[in-house]
Amino acid sequence: MSEHVKYIDRTRDYYLSQGYAKPYEWAHFDDIPFARPAKPLSESRVTIISTSDVAIKQPEGNKGGGINEHLVGNAYSLPTDTPIDQLFSKQEHYDKYATNLDDVNTYFPVTRLQEKVEQGRIGSMAPRCHGVYTAYSQKKTIEVDAPEILRRCREDEVDIAILTPV
Amino acid sequence: MSLVARHLEANGIPTVVIATARDIVERCGVSRLVHVDFPLGNPCGVPFDQEMQSSVMDIALTMLEITEKPGSTEVAPFTWPAGEDWKKTIFTEEQPFLEGKAYDHWMEAKKRYKDRKAEKVTSED
Repeated sequence: MSEHVKYIDRTRDYYLSQGYAKPYEWAHFDDIPFARPAKPLSESRVTIISTSDVAIKQPEGNKGGGINEHLVGNAYSLPTDTPIDQLFSKQEHYDKYATNLDDVNTYFPVTRLQEKVEQGRIGSMAPRCHGVYTAYSQKKTIEVDAPEILRRCREDEVDIAILTPV
Repeated sequence: MSLVARHLEANGIPTVVIATARDIVERCGVSRLVHVDFPLGNPCGVPFDQEMQSSVMDIALTMLEITEKPGSTEVAPFTWPAGEDWKKTIFTEEQPFLEGKAYDHWMEAKKRYKDRKAEKVTSED
């Protein structure tokens, strides 16, 4: 396996070459908060949080409604038991030359986790999973989106969160 | 995404991030990271390879059980089946990351952010 891509360097060079003078400042912290699971995984309730822009297919012509009703900041939720064939991704920020987003479970692993519930590896899935639309404002993510996701996780008595950035 | 993980951790909910862009997540700093060295878009495994995807979940779940210290990274032992050439071509002029509509959407989003910021400054004056 060759070395992993250094995206921070690569994108900085790329956008400089495209004429953008000011490089994006990626978030950085010296300290890292750390929580330990309070109970065995086999008794834990799990949710997924993703930036894959996962969405529920709407009947043609239906522009309103759906998951955006629950949008706060860039945070939204969808029922975990939504049939997988009803889900898709609107995400445009992925490597379209190398791959595709045709298989929801490669960025929103809901079926794989439901299998882990059936196997008894984890206790249950939370009733809702969550999405966060990619934002430029780290401040907004910290002040609005993250607290909203936390609130919803607490409402659903979530024990464990699996995050899948795309 | 890493910022959300950090907020959950700070409030007592353990997290594991499964990501392709290892350097970005590690720069921010999260408690547990599973690095899957695949193109952007497929952090949880090769499309339609259910066995691999299941293994990625196992790595993530095991991390939740055994990680003793925050900032831990586990590298999934998988290589992209079509080879590693994608690593050379991502974000190069030959393969513009966003084109056409995708580029327009990104510029619109950027503009909305700038406008909001400008509005805020004005209202604070």
